[in-house]
Amino acid sequence: MSKANENSQTLSELDRPNSYIGKSVPRPNLDRLMQGRGLYVSDLELPRMAHVVFVRSPHAHAKIVAIGTSAAKKIPGVVAVVTGEELSAVITPWVGVLSHLKGLKSAPQRAIAVERVCWQGEAVAAVVASSRAAAEDAAEAVTVQYEELEAVTDMRTALDSATPVIHSSLGDNLAFERTLDAGAVDAAFSGSDEIVEAEFVFGRHTGVTLEPRSVVADWNAAEARLTIYQGTQAPHMVQNIAALHLGLEEAQVRVVCKDVGGSFGIKVHIYADEMATYALSKLLRRPVKFVADRIESFNTDIHARDHRCRGRIGVKRDGTITAFEIDDLTGIGPYSMYPRTSAIEANQVVNLVGGPYTTKNYRARARVVFQNKNVMCQYRAVGHPIACSVTEGLVDLAASRIAMDPVEIRRRNLIADDAYPCASASGLRFELLSHHTSLNKLLAMMNYDALRAEQAELRKRNIHRGIGLASFIEVTNPSAAFYGVGGAKISSQDGVAVRLDAQGAVICQTSITEQGQGSESLTAQIVGSVLGVSMERVRVILGDTDQTPYGGGTWASRGAGIGGEAALQAAKILRRNILDVAAAILQSSPAELDIANNMIVNAFDVTPRMELRELARIVYFRPDTLPPGIQAELMATRHYVPREYPFAFTNGIQASWLEVDTDTGFIKLLKHWVVEDCGTLINPQLVDEQIRGGVVQGLGAALFEKCIYDERGQLTNANMADYLVPMSGEMPDIDVGHVVSPTSESELGAKGAGEAGTAGAGASDSNAVNDGLKPFGAVITEIPLTPQVVLTALKRI
Amino acid sequence: MTAPLSISLDVNGERVEAHVSPRINLADFLREHLKLTGTHVGCEHGVCGACTVRFNGEIVRSCLMLAVQANGSSIETIEGLSDSGEISDLQAAFRERNALQCGFCTPAMLITAQDLLKSEAEPGREQIREHLSGNYCRCTGYQAIVDAVEATAKARKNRNKARAP
Repeated sequence: MSKANENSQTLSELDRPNSYIGKSVPRPNLDRLMQGRGLYVSDLELPRMAHVVFVRSPHAHAKIVAIGTSAAKKIPGVVAVVTGEELSAVITPWVGVLSHLKGLKSAPQRAIAVERVCWQGEAVAAVVASSRAAAEDAAEAVTVQYEELEAVTDMRTALDSATPVIHSSLGDNLAFERTLDAGAVDAAFSGSDEIVEAEFVFGRHTGVTLEPRSVVADWNAAEARLTIYQGTQAPHMVQNIAALHLGLEEAQVRVVCKDVGGSFGIKVHIYADEMATYALSKLLRRPVKFVADRIESFNTDIHARDHRCRGRIGVKRDGTITAFEIDDLTGIGPYSMYPRTSAIEANQVVNLVGGPYTTKNYRARARVVFQNKNVMCQYRAVGHPIACSVTEGLVDLAASRIAMDPVEIRRRNLIADDAYPCASASGLRFELLSHHTSLNKLLAMMNYDALRAEQAELRKRNIHRGIGLASFIEVTNPSAAFYGVGGAKISSQDGVAVRLDAQGAVICQTSITEQGQGSESLTAQIVGSVLGVSMERVRVILGDTDQTPYGGGTWASRGAGIGGEAALQAAKILRRNILDVAAAILQSSPAELDIANNMIVNAFDVTPRMELRELARIVYFRPDTLPPGIQAELMATRHYVPREYPFAFTNGIQASWLEVDTDTGFIKLLKHWVVEDCGTLINPQLVDEQIRGGVVQGLGAALFEKCIYDERGQLTNANMADYLVPMSGEMPDIDVGHVVSPTSESELGAKGAGEAGTAGAGASDSNAVNDGLKPFGAVITEIPLTPQVVLTALKRI
Repeated sequence: MTAPLSISLDVNGERVEAHVSPRINLADFLREHLKLTGTHVGCEHGVCGACTVRFNGEIVRSCLMLAVQANGSSIETIEGLSDSGEISDLQAAFRERNALQCGFCTPAMLITAQDLLKSEAEPGREQIREHLSGNYCRCTGYQAIVDAVEATAKARKNRNKARAP
């Protein structure tokens, strides 16, 4: 049977009357969260649990001369005051490198600093006490004597010979460099009618999960087992890393993840203070809880972006883009993060620039440098917003130079919808994308021509509105090519176990995790559809390394495409097993039977034959009545990992409509549109909400969010009043449309959708602002687009 | 003065007597002493709104108030509002519209939305957005929340019309 036939048969199986695939059914178990009865790690209490508070460095770079703990130890309620040196007895240091990122280097990082601190906020001592308040009191009594060292803060001078080297053993401050030269770039530029250049600047920002990072570590000395309760996106990764550095077998570590108050990539890493908390529990032989406060979140949750990227585009007068060239520089803090490394974002920028377009001429250099600032790493849409803003910004600048409409230049250069499979200039392999269909759909949704007319009319009245477009591609469903090939023990496969319980309901254990995206819902939808069981009779268990199959978790837009396919395959096996038993009981054949509405039915006319509840009763309690030789297997497990393509690329396009107040520099967002193509839509509403949430995170970066460091490496706005995030009052309504190009690598055909919104929102906003400011000849290539940036571009200040 | 003080207050209709440290804020008191963990702590400086509760009928940020200041008051938390059924229609609208993802902001968002709906029979979208502006949500992008609040307002208005003679 051909693959296409197999797919059509499966899809028809999923498309039965009681199928949930493609339906916007509500997520299960929302009442728990809406009634305040969720269980976030910050809510958790265990017997004998102590609380840890970290004493953190006020300096960006300093030698630790002495730590005085005796006064702190005398404070009532204090259990222990532990320095980095003391903690080294139970936990080993780590180095955040991966072998496939050639040349990437970093220095050993410790759970608590020893001898030297490398960023403001790095922990120098831990205070453990019976209450958080007591620990905070005692932390103030810890005295640390520092000898301040020169801080490396400007990425532009980090590689200069006059700049101190942060880790002398590494020789310089260059963590990673990648170059790429594809096609014939110089020839393409010299054959261009116009060449446009710009420098794009991206502010450092961070995820601001509403629940700060939290962990409860519980070392049970009698069991010789560590249970880690943590809001994490990747429980098995945490299990592996904790075991490795505490000298344990993985079987001695259980990671439990209940409700998680926001993640966005912030909670997919291993942080030094979390490692310290695991180690403290082992050292003190009791449960220890760490909940970051908001200042700690700003100072230690990974930051992202902070790129300066010079870009160049060549274009012919007919609109043909001849070449792209970029030179990207990013500063990642003093260490490459563990275990995913801090080189991935720059690497993605090199991969993704120019991705939607046909030109094969592309040259890139990316350099990643160390600084004495907080660590940077992968945050939602890793690299995409940079690559998209640079690419789309250059395309708009080129269009403007040759006086072509931004839509027209895209039409002439986006990869044709019938050109697949094909590859990008950087070597990315595309199975099936839909740039042109998406563009056309977007233009219809936003009524582009009418909007242009409105814009022209308003300009006459000195009202300056702009339209901005941004095409994008998105990396989803990553295979082992992302981390596994570089030596990281981060699984790219996921597993699902499905079983029929003794009352005919279904219990499903999956290795993907839930942070609100709808992992539980999509799993129940798929399993319910395949099994013919109503969704409310499917219970999904996630986030527990003792309970679920082994797998990667939920990150990089992989839950639906990878975990969903594993659920589909597991449910198909269970369905076959159920029908085998049913046929034996009913003296029929499996082919003559089906399951619908929680009942075994006749395949040809859906006449009910037996409730699943009854089948389960017989199998579990009266197996003696089954024919000889029948052993029912009412549990099935399947795993899945993409093998044909390293990544399932998706695509889409966004548009912004906004107004620039040229007197105050304020930008008012009026409307936002997105068309994206994530393949099979399991639950359209959940996909739409992923897109909307992603867009608003992208808009936050575009307009407000920036970690502002001074020249000494002090983060000056580490609180929610000074670090601005989008609020409901200033966000626009966002219309979302879809084009559906399923991946044929899986039966389900689903790709990811978690990054799409964030990938293109900033680019479309920047382009819209520049479009609005056209009458002034002002061009801005920097985000966030604060009033100061806008007024400076307008030469008003 | 750091010696514990006695306080007496009404929480979700139950009388509560407690000895508290004068420095403990209302959010920590509700969470740690009464185990009402539906009140969430997101920033501890009065910006994110996740700790919103009702204090004598008015919404307040419980991280900006000391527990001792609540002496003699009536406090309502998400647990109380859920059990009384006062916001069951709003919760249903949130569920239908997927107006929550991680759910961390949701209890406070519901309390703030109900505060608006009590004073405005049919608020416009801009008014809803404005009223919810003190409650941060990092997951949804807000539109689904605005939709759910708008739908609840309309449904309540229609219900009241149907009831009218």
